[in-house]
Amino acid sequence: MFYRVKHQKNRLFVFQTQISNLPLTTKASSQDWLYTISPKKKLIDLNFKEIWRYRDLLFLFVKRDIITQYKQTILGPLWYFIQPLFTSVIFTLIFNNLAAIPTGNGIPSFLFNLAGITSWNYFSSCLTGTSDTFKANQGIFGKVYFPRVITPLSIVFSNLIKFGIQLLVFISFYIYFVFFTDKASNALPQLTIILLPILILFMGLLGLGLGMIISSMTTKYRDLSFLVGFGVQLLMYGSAVMYPLSYFKEKVPEYSWLVEYNPMTTIIELFRYMTLGIGDFSISQFLYAGTISIIFFLLGLVVFNKTEKSFIDTV
Amino acid sequence: MKEKDIILKAEHISKQYRLGLVGTGTISHDLNRWWHKVRGKADPYLKVGESNDRSTKGQSEYVWALQDINFEVERGEVLGIIGKNGAGKSTLLKILSKVTGPTTGEIKTKGRIASLLEVGTGFHGEMTGRENVYLNGAILGMTKKEISSKIDEIIEFSGCQRYIDTPVKRYSSGMTVRLAFAVAAFLEPEILVIDEVLAVGDAEFQKKAIGKMQDISRGEGRTVIFVSHNMAAVKSLCTRGIVLEHGKVVFEGGQNESVDYYLSVESEKAKLDLIQRKDRLGNGQFILKNIIFYNKQDKAVKEVLTGNYLKIVVEVDKVLEIDYSKLIVSIAFQDKDLNTVLLFSSDELKSDFSGLDSKFELIIPKLMLRGSLYTLKVVTTYGSTMQKDFIDVVDNAGSFNVIENDLWNKGKNNRRLGQAIIEGEFTV
Repeated sequence: MFYRVKHQKNRLFVFQTQISNLPLTTKASSQDWLYTISPKKKLIDLNFKEIWRYRDLLFLFVKRDIITQYKQTILGPLWYFIQPLFTSVIFTLIFNNLAAIPTGNGIPSFLFNLAGITSWNYFSSCLTGTSDTFKANQGIFGKVYFPRVITPLSIVFSNLIKFGIQLLVFISFYIYFVFFTDKASNALPQLTIILLPILILFMGLLGLGLGMIISSMTTKYRDLSFLVGFGVQLLMYGSAVMYPLSYFKEKVPEYSWLVEYNPMTTIIELFRYMTLGIGDFSISQFLYAGTISIIFFLLGLVVFNKTEKSFIDTV
Repeated sequence: MKEKDIILKAEHISKQYRLGLVGTGTISHDLNRWWHKVRGKADPYLKVGESNDRSTKGQSEYVWALQDINFEVERGEVLGIIGKNGAGKSTLLKILSKVTGPTTGEIKTKGRIASLLEVGTGFHGEMTGRENVYLNGAILGMTKKEISSKIDEIIEFSGCQRYIDTPVKRYSSGMTVRLAFAVAAFLEPEILVIDEVLAVGDAEFQKKAIGKMQDISRGEGRTVIFVSHNMAAVKSLCTRGIVLEHGKVVFEGGQNESVDYYLSVESEKAKLDLIQRKDRLGNGQFILKNIIFYNKQDKAVKEVLTGNYLKIVVEVDKVLEIDYSKLIVSIAFQDKDLNTVLLFSSDELKSDFSGLDSKFELIIPKLMLRGSLYTLKVVTTYGSTMQKDFIDVVDNAGSFNVIENDLWNKGKNNRRLGQAIIEGEFTV
């Protein structure tokens, strides 16, 4: 996908132009070039066959990310649990106990926050992880060729594993609240939970798409890397992580569109509906989140594709 | 006539770079480019740019790192690419290995290219040797299955059996390199592109690596494109050579001819601006003007092979006429640490300079020095060698490279260790 690598066996007109320029002795062998390296012209040049050939690399990158992340730490993989748990506790203290944001009847605020944070974490770690693909992998990219898109994909996959672990934490707390306390009387998973894997896919695509756009732009304009750090944090406040969208609409109706049209709001609201039965579900919301995610993903691919050819000269 | 089996063909490859502060102020260029594109015009910045000579200050901020490179490689051939720093070798390798794209032109191949611009790309210190072998192999384009089938051979070749399940960060740098090279040695692409990675590891490992390279090209009939500063390696490994200069192919031919061409290509530039030097001692009755090195064919060179003929010509500018029979000239060869390695002194040799006109020569029939860079200190005195009698004394008046050679004709290059090389034999 990096270069126009194509099979030219069937393109007769190509041979004819070549033959006229070649010395006689090479005539016969000039007819079956397998690959061509040339300045790229096409907008999208994804070579799925090639990406498939490098699937082992994808797997090994994921493995590397997982096994090296918490090396030489005492708590090790426990950090996967600690981060969402502590954030949820703090959010519950500040936003629900102090600021008294309601989270719905019969649903513990802690569970509400944990649901929001778990899904937000997946999106944000995909976004921040992929947003410095080019800068962080400059060393490898400058020395060896492989389909560059493997790198951001591997980040999305290793975060998916992390997300899976955090989802287990969420489920354990859910079970605790439902079966061992009577605080979660209204927290019921909805039938639409069967759509959860697709929702997770949307989160991944949205984070990946945005991350690829940002990583492509930062190769030339470094300003964006400063933006990502606090931008993601600001975006969290605008994504209905620690409050329900309905409450925001009620309190600040004039700015509610800002939160409402944010695709991550939709995704998080849907996640909470599917798992806890908070808010409501409409197929149009679901399609909205899906469409936006796919648009960003495709846009990201185009920009990433355009950048990967020349970035080593500009980074 | 035997038909050639061309496996790789480069056509009109060019690469343009922008100099200066890349990354700032490019929005205006981007906009201008985009505006030309909208109107259906060619990129305005492709027209500008000049050939890439590092030492002269150019007019344009765009340069051509490569300009209209054309060459063909036959199957089973080992092509050496030679050139001094900045000639465009690395850029060409980067294009061949698809790390960066050419600005214009095309490379067509009939097989997969694997490149080895660096050993151990993607090695992660926290992972064990075995895990790194898998990761590095996959980065270089091998599948997991391929690596699994070769892992035992790779580990054996590296000689790191004992540490293979230890994190790489605990390895010595030599061990890391051995392991990394071992992975690369078991790559099996149709075309292998190698940058100077042979210059790694200890002597034993280098021999192993070179042997493996030879197996790859000769035994297994694989095509190799090899870039090196090591002329001896080019001579022994390659079957053909290309010399690059300022981004253009200036010579193409057999490996020996290419190396010879490269060594003498600097002939014009071998002349030094000695006369402009201010850091000299002495009364200045004459001034050392220029030092030129010549090989046996009387070509000006900057490099000479160990054991070869070397003639040093020192040009002088006479200021005052003096009695030149009393002139004493000493030329000291110094290593990088300014230790004097060799000394030629005219008072020991009872040389007579009475007929001195505008130059004198020092002829060394066999230069018994090992590969390294040597600089010359030239001392000219009148009557005695005391400081009060100095005429003109210049430190680092000139420099030349000695290239390692197989002096004893045993199929092994002399090491770049120590300076002097003299005959000797081991017996029991």
